[in-house]
Amino acid sequence: MTDCITLAHGSGGRDYRELVETIFAPAFQNEYLSPLTDAAVLPAGDRIAMTTDGFVVNPLFFPGGDIGRLAVCGTVNDLAVSGAIPRYLSCAMVLETGLPLDTLRRIVASMASAAKEAGVVIVTGDTKVVEAGSCAGLTITTAGVGVFPAGCVIPPQQPQEGDVILCSAPIASHGMAVMAARHNLAFDPAIESDVRPLNHLIRAVLEAGVSVRAMRDPTRGGVAGTLTEWAGTKLNITLEEDFLPVRADVRAACAILGIDSVYVANEGVALFSLPAEQANLALAALQKAGCKEAAIIGSVANGHGSVFAKTHIGTFRRVLPPTGELLPRIC
Amino acid sequence: MNTIQTITERIANAAAGLPQTTIMEVCGTHTHAIRRHGIRQLLPENIRLVSGPGCPVCVTAEEDIALALALAKLPNVTLFCFGDMMRVPCGDESLLQLLSRGADVRIALSPLDALAFAKEHPAREVVWYGVGFETTTPHTAALLENAKRDNVKNLSVFSAHKTMPNALRALLGEDSGVDALLCPGHVASITGADAFRFLPEELRLPAAISGFEAEELLVAILALVTMQKSGNPALINAYPRVVKPEPNETARALVDAWFTPCDAVWRGLGMIPQSGLSLLPEHSKYDAVKRFALKPVVVPFRNACRCGDVLRGGIEPTECPLFGKVCVPQHPLGACMVSSEGACAAYYQYEGAGI
Repeated sequence: MTDCITLAHGSGGRDYRELVETIFAPAFQNEYLSPLTDAAVLPAGDRIAMTTDGFVVNPLFFPGGDIGRLAVCGTVNDLAVSGAIPRYLSCAMVLETGLPLDTLRRIVASMASAAKEAGVVIVTGDTKVVEAGSCAGLTITTAGVGVFPAGCVIPPQQPQEGDVILCSAPIASHGMAVMAARHNLAFDPAIESDVRPLNHLIRAVLEAGVSVRAMRDPTRGGVAGTLTEWAGTKLNITLEEDFLPVRADVRAACAILGIDSVYVANEGVALFSLPAEQANLALAALQKAGCKEAAIIGSVANGHGSVFAKTHIGTFRRVLPPTGELLPRIC
Repeated sequence: MNTIQTITERIANAAAGLPQTTIMEVCGTHTHAIRRHGIRQLLPENIRLVSGPGCPVCVTAEEDIALALALAKLPNVTLFCFGDMMRVPCGDESLLQLLSRGADVRIALSPLDALAFAKEHPAREVVWYGVGFETTTPHTAALLENAKRDNVKNLSVFSAHKTMPNALRALLGEDSGVDALLCPGHVASITGADAFRFLPEELRLPAAISGFEAEELLVAILALVTMQKSGNPALINAYPRVVKPEPNETARALVDAWFTPCDAVWRGLGMIPQSGLSLLPEHSKYDAVKRFALKPVVVPFRNACRCGDVLRGGIEPTECPLFGKVCVPQHPLGACMVSSEGACAAYYQYEGAGI
C-alpha cells in the first residue's frame, strides 16, 4: 500500500478493499459493519429520527478537533436535539489523491473516538477518490439514525411565551478556533473548538422531566441564527448579554477581529427553550451532566419576530438573522 | 448607583437648557460601538449623535474599488486585503464575487501576510490593497520596509490610504451643523492628541478623544456637552491610557519614508485636497497602479444615494430613501452600508423597530 491516496483507491478493486480493511473497518469495528455488506441491517423502535450532513472544513485539523470528530458530533447532535437517542451513523468520504494515509488514519481514529464518546456505531460507509485540488483534502458526509424510547415526549420544537432560553456551554468557541487556525492567528494558548457530542447532556435534561419546548445546536449562524428562527413572526426573544457565557479567550478573539459572538458557529452548545418554572430543574440537570457554565440567557414573549440583546449598560440592540460569511474586519 | 447611571445623569444635567446639539464621531469603531452599546438610548433628546466619515472601508472611492477589482482580475496577481473590503461593491462586482469566480483574492489580518506569501510564491505578483487611516498606514509602510529589506521583488501596494485631520478640516468648515467632535481614539494614538487641537482653536468646536468602551464613550460625551454648555471649546483627551499628546514617532517616520500626501476622492464626499497618501516617487516600483499600468476608471454616480449627507451628519441613515429597502448590508448600494462600521450598516444592524 502506498502512503498516499491514489486513484486506485477509488477503483473498487484491491487497493480500495485494502483501504476499507486496514483503515475503516478496524477503527469503526462493530457487529453491524463487520460483514462489510452493501447495507447494514439494524434493530430500531417504531419511530426513528434520521438526518444527514456534509462536512468541509479548512484546515482539516484545528485546536480541539478535526473534520472527523466534527462529522460524527454534527450528526449526533442533530439527532439529539430532535429528542432522539442517536444510534447509527454512516460515513461517506470523498478523498483527494495525494492525501497522506496517515492523515486519513488520524481522522478515522478521531471519528471512532467521537463515536465511542457519543455511544453510536458507524455501520456503513463509502469512499470515492477525486483528483488533487478538487475537494480541499477530504470531505465527509455522515447520516445518522436515532431512536425514541417508548412513551417519550418528542419536543414540539416551538418556543412559547413565558419560556426561558437556556444555553448549555460557552458560545462561539468552534467558529473562532477554526478562524484562528485558518488565518494563522497565533493565540497562545490556542483557542479550542468546543466540538463534542451533546446527546448525553440533552438526555439528562429530558430525563429530569423538563418539558423542553425546543432544542437546537446552534452551528452555522450561531446563537443569533437559532433565536431569530425561534422568534419567527409571533414571538420576541430578549437575550441578556451579561449572562451569555463566552470564554475569555474567545471573547478577546472576537473583539480583535470585530466579530459578534452570537453569530459564530458552535459545535458543542445546546440551546433550550423551556417553561420558566422548569429553568432551575434543567440547569441542575445540565450542571450535573458537567455543564458548569450553563446559563439562562434570555426569555420569550409574544411579539412580532424580533430578537433583542440587553447590553451590560441596560440598553437594547436588535439582533438580526445572520447573513453571509463572517469576515474579520480592518482594524 | 452604578458608573453608567452616574455619568448618564451628569450628561442629562449638563445638557439641560442646551439647544439641539450635534456631536459627530469620525471613527468607524466608534460608530459601531455607539450603536452596539445603544449609547443613544442613554442621552437626552437634545443631544444628537451623528456619524462622520470615519469608516475607511466606506469612504474608499468607487474609482479605487474599480482599480482593486481590475488588479484582482489580472491573471498572475494575488491580491491581499482586509476582510471587510471583500464585500464592497462597485457596480455589480465585489472582490468576494471575483473570488468565487476564481480570482486569487486573500484576506489578510496584517499586511505582512502578503509579504510571507510573496516570498513563498516568487512567480506570483502579490499586491497589498492598502486601505485605512493613520492606524493602518504604518502597517503598509512596514510591509514596504520589510519587502525592501528582504529584496522581495514580486510585491507591490495599491494605496487607498487616507488621513483624518485634513478631511475633518474640509468637512467641518462653516455651517457644518456639527457642534462638537468625538475624536478617534485609535487615530489619535498615532497622530497624537495635538493633531486635533485645530478643532477648538481654529473651528471653535469642543473636541474629546474617546476610547471604545461604553463608559469611555459616555465620559467623552459628558466632556463635550459640558464644554458646549460653558461655551469654552477645548480638546479633552478622554483616552489617556492609550493616547499621548505627541505623535507616535516610529509610526510617523515609517509613513513619511514611504508616502506623500495627495488629493483623494472620498466616497460620498468627493475630492478632499491632501487627504490621501500615495507612494513617494522614489518608491514607484512598489506602486501597483504604475507597475500594472492601470488606467483610472470612471464610475457613474448614483443620484438616489445620500451617503454624502449621512457622512456629513446632515441626515440620519433612515432619511435616505434607499436605506433598508434596496440598500441593505447584503446588497449595499451606498458607502455607509458596506462595512459593519458604516453609519447605515451599524444603524441597520443594531437599531430600528422596537428599540
